[in-house]
Amino acid sequence: MKILTGNDLKSGAVVWWDGVQWSLHVEDAVDVGDHADTILARESAARRVNAAYAIEAVRDEHGVRPGHIKERIRALGPTVRPDLTLKPADPEAGNWVI
Amino acid sequence: MYQYDTYDQAMVDTRVEEFRDQVRRRLEGHITEDQFKPLRLMNGLYLQLHAYMLRVAVPYGTLSGAQMRMLGDIADKYDRGYGHFTTRQNIQYNWIKLEEAADILADLATVEMHAIQTSGNCIRNTTSDQYAGAAADEIVDPRPYAELIRQWSTFHPEFSFLPRKFKMAVIASDTDRAAMRLHDIGIQIVKSAAGEIGAAFYVGGGMGRTPMIAPCINEFVPIDQMITYSEAALRVYNRHGRRDNKYKARIKILVHELGKDEYTRQVEAEFAHLLTQNIEPPLAELERIKGFFADPAFEVGVPDEVDRSDPDFALWVDNNCVPHKQPGYIAVTISLKPVGGIPGDATGEQIRVMADLAARYSFDELRVTHTQNIVLAHVKKADLYALWQVLDANGLSTPNLDQIGDIIACPGLDYCSLANARSIPIAQKISQRFAGREQEIGELKLKISGCINACGHHHAGHIGILGVDRKGTENYQLSLGGCEGADTSLGQITGPGFDEEGIVDAVQRATDFYLANKQDSERFLDTYRRLGMAPFKEAIYG
Repeated sequence: MKILTGNDLKSGAVVWWDGVQWSLHVEDAVDVGDHADTILARESAARRVNAAYAIEAVRDEHGVRPGHIKERIRALGPTVRPDLTLKPADPEAGNWVI
Repeated sequence: MYQYDTYDQAMVDTRVEEFRDQVRRRLEGHITEDQFKPLRLMNGLYLQLHAYMLRVAVPYGTLSGAQMRMLGDIADKYDRGYGHFTTRQNIQYNWIKLEEAADILADLATVEMHAIQTSGNCIRNTTSDQYAGAAADEIVDPRPYAELIRQWSTFHPEFSFLPRKFKMAVIASDTDRAAMRLHDIGIQIVKSAAGEIGAAFYVGGGMGRTPMIAPCINEFVPIDQMITYSEAALRVYNRHGRRDNKYKARIKILVHELGKDEYTRQVEAEFAHLLTQNIEPPLAELERIKGFFADPAFEVGVPDEVDRSDPDFALWVDNNCVPHKQPGYIAVTISLKPVGGIPGDATGEQIRVMADLAARYSFDELRVTHTQNIVLAHVKKADLYALWQVLDANGLSTPNLDQIGDIIACPGLDYCSLANARSIPIAQKISQRFAGREQEIGELKLKISGCINACGHHHAGHIGILGVDRKGTENYQLSLGGCEGADTSLGQITGPGFDEEGIVDAVQRATDFYLANKQDSERFLDTYRRLGMAPFKEAIYG
């Protein structure tokens, strides 16, 4: 699947396109199929996100998993600071990245 | 230390308000990201993996207690409770909101700090010897010269859009503690046989994807011509440096392609021309600056002995303290490399603790080192135990300076948008693996970069590690034999790379081989230089 990501203009937080708006959670990301360029152009014009782009991902039993480790680290947070990730209570969350 | 005059303060204050307006226009949608990006970068504001990152300049690494305290307060008020000290002797905050960026700069301005020229293709923060003003082997304090360069290079209209970023370092002793020859321009303040002070210019060094050791292009430039010579060296680079390929745009490539002799010839010609233009600041300005760096009021007749009855304290003294030029005093390095910790990170509270210790024990001054530690340069030996107790109570007493746990590591793929692999977890695993063996291994400088840009100085590590992306998987190349001191050398790659666990095992095999084969008091680097790569490679790969 192809999903869209960028950074929120105000906070810089990593965000994912959920079909309507931008979500902080990668599991909300939707497959944009062939519409990536159209959505990116529209969102760029709206100036809600910075430097949005499309990436490859797969949907498995754990949800949406970006294809590249960099995007998985973006989705979770720094692996060396679990307390600062989106899943601070899950000590095993970092394993999803690797 | 240097204190702003009314011009300095007015420039910084004006810049804050200018940036505040630029941010407002960006948030209101009046300017695009493409238009805004160069403006925010000029103010040290990057967009990294998880958020905006602000890099704050610490000129030549020197800070007052009030400045350090402000850095701790910013960590708590605007970030997530910590800051990251960098190899440019700066500090970075990883979780900055664009909406608050101008407020941070305004807070910094109240303590004479800013983030100007911590990014972009301009002259960056000039670095220096962390023991400046304390080292017994320096001929002068190098910081006044670094400050003069700061003033010259700040907002320099001709050098605001260089082909690439430009890094300078200034030292004043033969013991190079600032990796001087791995800079675009390295300056060593020297003294002639006649006793005159001058500047030796080393140009065209650097790390990155094409590491090079800077050659000396002029062994003695009179000190009242140092800025003019710098201008000439930059001008030739600005004229001929490549702008068509960012990977070939650093001055090291120009010096290499032109050849040292031709580059030097052009610099000397430009220098001769510039001497007719009277661009050098008057010596009175240098003297004015020197006044800010006069020795603090050292006490005389104070005890020159340290009570070593506490073994943990004695170990820390042996590892983290170096002799001072003034009897009864010592220079202290506070390691920001606890076992299993993140190299260079300190909490807001730890930063304030160090600020308080500086105020109490070190004439209210601190230094950030290029090895991501903090120095209190002027501590009375009689105060050392009390200081250590506070450090120990705050997780700041790791006794590992220049040992295998004192690792330089870039933020890597955990934070950096340029990185290909994570650096910090490798540093954590290595420091954990070798915990308790540091004394046995002795001096061993290990440096880790998460990409070829080499922010972690891996080329200069006795052991260097470079993280690469191998088809979407992290892979780590090992190199041996790098060094950043007076005998600067570049590490050589051992062979095929390793995965995350394999690289730690490979480091252990290299150190085990060293311990089995070292002679007398050889350091790891000495043994490597004596034996060469082949036997180490055999030990690592079998």
